[in-house]
Amino acid sequence: MEQVPESKASTTLERLLPGQVPVLTPGHTLETVTDKIVSIVLRRPVTLGWLGGFALFFGLMNLLLFAAAYLFYRGVGIWGINIPVGWGFAIINFVWWIGIGHAGTLISAILLLLKQGWRNSINRFAEAMTLFAVACAGMFPILHTGRPWLAYWLFPYPNTMGVWPQFRSPLLWDVFAVSTYATISALFWFIGLIPDLATFRDTATNPVAKTIYGLLAMGWRGSARHWKRYESAYLLLAGLATPLVLSVHTVVSFDFAISILPGWHTTVFPPYFVAGAIYSGFAMVLVLAIPIRRFYGVQDMITLRHLDNAAKIMLGTGLIVAYGYTMEAFYAYYSGNTYEWFMFKNRLLGPMAWAYWCLILFNILIPQVLWIRKVRLNPAMLFSASVVILLGMWLERFVIIVTSLYRDFLPSSWGSYVATRWDYAVFIGTVGLFLSAMFLFIRLMPMITIFEMRMLLPQAKVSEEVAAHD
Amino acid sequence: MTDSELYGVVAEFTTPDGLVIACKKAHAAGYRRMDAYTPYPLEEAADAIGFEKTRVPLLTLIGGILGGLSGFLMQYWIHVWAFPLNVGGRPLNSWPSFIVITFEMTILFAGITAVVGMLTLNGLPQPYHPIFNHPRFSAASRDRFFLCIEAADPKFDRAETTRFLQATDAIDVAEVAD
Repeated sequence: MEQVPESKASTTLERLLPGQVPVLTPGHTLETVTDKIVSIVLRRPVTLGWLGGFALFFGLMNLLLFAAAYLFYRGVGIWGINIPVGWGFAIINFVWWIGIGHAGTLISAILLLLKQGWRNSINRFAEAMTLFAVACAGMFPILHTGRPWLAYWLFPYPNTMGVWPQFRSPLLWDVFAVSTYATISALFWFIGLIPDLATFRDTATNPVAKTIYGLLAMGWRGSARHWKRYESAYLLLAGLATPLVLSVHTVVSFDFAISILPGWHTTVFPPYFVAGAIYSGFAMVLVLAIPIRRFYGVQDMITLRHLDNAAKIMLGTGLIVAYGYTMEAFYAYYSGNTYEWFMFKNRLLGPMAWAYWCLILFNILIPQVLWIRKVRLNPAMLFSASVVILLGMWLERFVIIVTSLYRDFLPSSWGSYVATRWDYAVFIGTVGLFLSAMFLFIRLMPMITIFEMRMLLPQAKVSEEVAAHD
Repeated sequence: MTDSELYGVVAEFTTPDGLVIACKKAHAAGYRRMDAYTPYPLEEAADAIGFEKTRVPLLTLIGGILGGLSGFLMQYWIHVWAFPLNVGGRPLNSWPSFIVITFEMTILFAGITAVVGMLTLNGLPQPYHPIFNHPRFSAASRDRFFLCIEAADPKFDRAETTRFLQATDAIDVAEVAD
């Protein structure tokens, strides 16, 4: 293996501060980068650890199927939702999952436009995470309708009933935002995969695998003309996905903010929802990346530098979220509105106060440990902090939905909310669906973008004399 | 292999520099029907063989405009003509509430056009291409760089072009059947 001088390797990536870890450990060549990623799928035998993990999460996914089947049979009455708390777990989980997806698009699109070279090794599995998270998210509003088999009524199509959807409703905006997001994310992911699938086609020895990867690669041959159009389309998609990802969680927040309910009707919702989405998304990226880099030995490609950067993004977005909570409190006080102020006091001190204070602890207080560099460079501690943030962000949606709904304007219409075992079964079931899909993805597709890793290599660049010479 | 069965002459390189220099030389020598094959996007190679502009951005723009128009007009048509509903006295054409879906449809159409346009212009999916007849072409998706001067080029001459490519940094020059 050809050794690359360390100084040369790091200057081509970007300038490193003293003590900083490079994005790709020096010493790699075009060949070793390719071999390392390809061998995870094509050469590594299926291990007991993988089988055990997959079996566990596949089992949880079957719990989802069972719970959904029973839901279709009995109706949404098996859930804890009631009047006044009509949204409950279904919408909490919807917002939580879709928020998690946002980090994938942020990494693949926004960091691409900002020329952040470190994104190259984590974008592929972050995009896969987005797809699976959106799939989990999309299920909840449909299950929540009570008659999921009529969910297509949400789309405008000529029908014998002579009716059309109401486009003035934020709920319909959500249908378009989430379905567009799912489509663009899938396209982005698949387009990114084509050149790597061609590598798989050319490397696979198993004829069945060769055929399947070959079909998916669509005859990609790495022609310079193709690459040029490819890069152009990829960059355009990134440019389109950037405003899209910001719009999706904005539209999700409109579901709340456009209503006149105390606790929902605030203008800070869009930015603070988007920041919260990226916050939880990066937590999920770390929850997935830390075990992956350990079990698949890719610490040289997903380095401590990636963990450090992701932790910094979490810290930043977490502070925006903290600002959002502060502003909610300030609005409630400064609006002079009795109902707003009551809702806020009830959130802090009422029967559901435990949820609010756990949220503050999980989302604001504990994540402040990320200021410490040692924590950011310690995978185990970072993993724990990320799990805490994921719980905190779930609680945030619980607090927003339940504590705003259960005591509204009229005390005679107050109620409470307790989730049933079916609520938990569906939620845990989607975690199973998400993780079993991730397990399959890691075994079947290149989880690190091979061609973009090649581009990180110093020897991949055309030297300046050659480029300038005509 | 007779001349009519020949697709082109292919040179293999180990470095991007070698490929780009050869591409520039070939372009300067007057060859036009040629293509470079690289394991990752190498913009210099495309420029060197004289392929500088793509139509993908224009197509995407057209797709986006069509998407935005169809998104807005769909809502306008439904709420003003097909199914007018008076909601709290708001105008039938409540355009501010139509903005979100107009935006989403712009992105959706532009994104799909970018992808479909790129694949169509590239002629993909393509089940067969003669370049794969090269015995070591699988390295093009790995660590090697190839330059193919096609027999269809007016300046192509079997012996002359082979000699031309042998004079570059190529580690191997081979003929590929159509």
